[in-house]
Amino acid sequence: MRSLWACALVALAGVLPAQEDRAFVGARVIPVDAPEIADGIVLVRGTKILAVGARDEMTLPPQTERVDVTGKVIIPGLVCTHSHCGGPSGGDRSSPIQPDCRVLDAINVRDAGLRKARAGGLTTLNIMPGSGHLLSGQTAYVKLRIGNTVEDLVYRWDDGSPMGGMKMANGTNSIRSAPFPGTRAKSAALMRAMLLKAKRYLEKLEAAKDDAEKLPERDLALEALAEVLTGRRIVHHHTHRHDDILTVLRIAEEFGFRVVLHHVSEAWKVADEIAAAKAPSSLIIVDAPGGKLEAMDHDMRNGAILEEKGARVAFHTDDGITDSRLFLRMAALAVRAGMSREGALRALTLSGAEMLDLGDRVGSLTSGKDADFVILSGDPFSVYTRIEQTWADGEKVFDLSDPDDRLYAEGGYGASVPQNFNMCCFQRWRN
Amino acid sequence: MRTLQCVALFLVTGVVSAQIAVRGESVYTMAGAVLKNAVVVVTDGKIAAVGPDVRVPDGYRVLQAKVVTPGLIDAHSVVGLAGYLNQDDDQDQLERSAAIQPELRAIDAYNSREKLVDWVRGFGVTTLHTGHGPGTLISGQTMIVKTAGKNMDDALVRPFAMLACTIGNGAKGSDGKKPGNRSKAIAMLRSALVEASIYAEKLQAPADKLPDRNLKHEALAQVLAGKVPLMVTAHRSQDILVALRLAEEFSFPLVLDGASEAYMVSERIKQFGAKVIAHPPMMRSRGDAENATFELGAKLRKAGIPFAYQSGFESYVPKTRVVLWEAAIGAAHGLGMENALAAITIDAAKLLGIDDRVGSLEVGKDGDLALYDGDPFEYLSHCVGVVIEGELVSEGPR
Repeated sequence: MRSLWACALVALAGVLPAQEDRAFVGARVIPVDAPEIADGIVLVRGTKILAVGARDEMTLPPQTERVDVTGKVIIPGLVCTHSHCGGPSGGDRSSPIQPDCRVLDAINVRDAGLRKARAGGLTTLNIMPGSGHLLSGQTAYVKLRIGNTVEDLVYRWDDGSPMGGMKMANGTNSIRSAPFPGTRAKSAALMRAMLLKAKRYLEKLEAAKDDAEKLPERDLALEALAEVLTGRRIVHHHTHRHDDILTVLRIAEEFGFRVVLHHVSEAWKVADEIAAAKAPSSLIIVDAPGGKLEAMDHDMRNGAILEEKGARVAFHTDDGITDSRLFLRMAALAVRAGMSREGALRALTLSGAEMLDLGDRVGSLTSGKDADFVILSGDPFSVYTRIEQTWADGEKVFDLSDPDDRLYAEGGYGASVPQNFNMCCFQRWRN
Repeated sequence: MRTLQCVALFLVTGVVSAQIAVRGESVYTMAGAVLKNAVVVVTDGKIAAVGPDVRVPDGYRVLQAKVVTPGLIDAHSVVGLAGYLNQDDDQDQLERSAAIQPELRAIDAYNSREKLVDWVRGFGVTTLHTGHGPGTLISGQTMIVKTAGKNMDDALVRPFAMLACTIGNGAKGSDGKKPGNRSKAIAMLRSALVEASIYAEKLQAPADKLPDRNLKHEALAQVLAGKVPLMVTAHRSQDILVALRLAEEFSFPLVLDGASEAYMVSERIKQFGAKVIAHPPMMRSRGDAENATFELGAKLRKAGIPFAYQSGFESYVPKTRVVLWEAAIGAAHGLGMENALAAITIDAAKLLGIDDRVGSLEVGKDGDLALYDGDPFEYLSHCVGVVIEGELVSEGPR
């Protein structure tokens, strides 16, 4: 069925200019939203995927450039739902809730971290400010195209405005000396009070409709939070401990905002509750438990357990907590701990895209989606597999055989210059 | 001593279970070619026989695994001094009141029941070189332990293995404390070594003229006498060269630690004969280590420099790395499977000077083994059992 559809598209393609068509032929193709193809073709036109199918069932448009990828594996470009690459910053130390701050105004697109992310097969990032605030600011969804400005990279809504979510946190990172909260209850109370303010602001906006006279005075913080309340802006919520997770769900339900649970170290303790709330989780898997109290019961089985309960799961690097170049490894560790291979691959790609409202554009090798994909030397979950090429919007953005790119893949002299490692709250434990 | 305890236990309980044999589809002895369908027999804690045609004596418990390796050796860690909760009361790897504190003994701070000890053991680590961490000029002593044992004494292999020294930005004093820069740091270090050598000379005097005991000088004198290596954490090539210069001036045994930029000065390191405990490949490439590469292991191997892998020191999340997984990254980045395995078994044992006891599966060595259900480095493989001195101390799959 799938290949018939592909053939129809290819037939249609025959009458259109074909010079931009490029077919990657002979790889094991893992589309993620469809069964694996042992000997497949990924056909790209310009920035989009035109068709995906089995080699013996597809006819290529004339003048298609054929790229032989026999023996390779092609997967969709990886989606990291929580990255600190590019040295983003959000709010400063002046207050715990700062929805007016945008990471868009702080990202360095020349940061070596972004080049390393491309070397890791990442094509879409949610770049976030840190978790040292209850609300540290607006996040930015970016495509890892080669770009000169952050505007070149950022995803946009149909109206042209940049896409992003809102970063919130609870637990220990945002508990600090005044004016920050000193307890968990105070953390929740401060956040609820702010959301109530935003609710009233949104009501005024809605009451005014388009009548400029009746509109409330613009308030950048409340404006951004109003977007959270309308559901346009998803909350990406740092949370580790089981009770903190439930607090997030409680407040999300009270105010009706859309939320993705991030890190979720103790997801295994409240997996039923997470599943019942239909809350998506973006997990990090680290090499050892602890490092701070709220991560003391971190468990590598979180992915397997949430999957079993039917909850939606994605992964994130939290770069620099883990290295973007080793993002595949994280999913592999989840499989080691019992998650299904299919679930883990989806969690690296399509599920992450869905948690950024980008599921219709990226995350799978599907006709009509952006041509974001990774060419691997072998199985995605083998340590010996190398990421050979990364493509974003039909453009090659990383090539291991290019010495310049290879430097970022392997490391070496100059590979981290400049690289801003943004690890929230790392300084508190600096030794 | 340990064996005696085992025998004592055996006599008391009268249970015939102290003896163990491990059968593997592939047995990496690290002392010759990989053996297929071979058996390792452990009697009274020591390896009694290894080979494909070995008969398992009656009454032995037999374990089976796809892959069997020597128990892994983490060539440098802080686990047991640094606890997993990362709170003030479980962090004993660094004391900041003074820049030079060679008298701090690891044995006085090692917590054998720390969760991270259990954690790394579950993945096959049976021997740890652990102790005071990087972060001050001389932070203290290190020790070698097995990852089993209720108390430090049960676990102990060597109480004073190396003296931990850091140079570069990592050793600069905070809050205006000395040393404020590299030159000052090295001046302080040289002064301490000179003072210790004067002290050592005075120790040659007749008994009635001996100097008062000085714990700092005593520890440094061990280094100057060549009995204990100075383990210098240095990442930048310039700092590595400083370490070589110092070792030449005071002729002490040098082990380079971390050594991110060792590939830039590998000829000098090779010429000097220093050994390297390479940084964990997944260490963050920041600060002095900004030029780190996944390929350091491969480059050191190619240069003919003896090296081992370490889990290193982490101050946040993850609180420790697992040396098995670090070597895996090295294996995949130019070093290859068997060379990487050597860097966490026999080569690590040689570097630490404990290869008479551990590091390979040879008759007479400690019965320390790790069992896996596939290539130990593959992400999807599990550790299915860990044996220390003939005792099954962890069961998988992990």
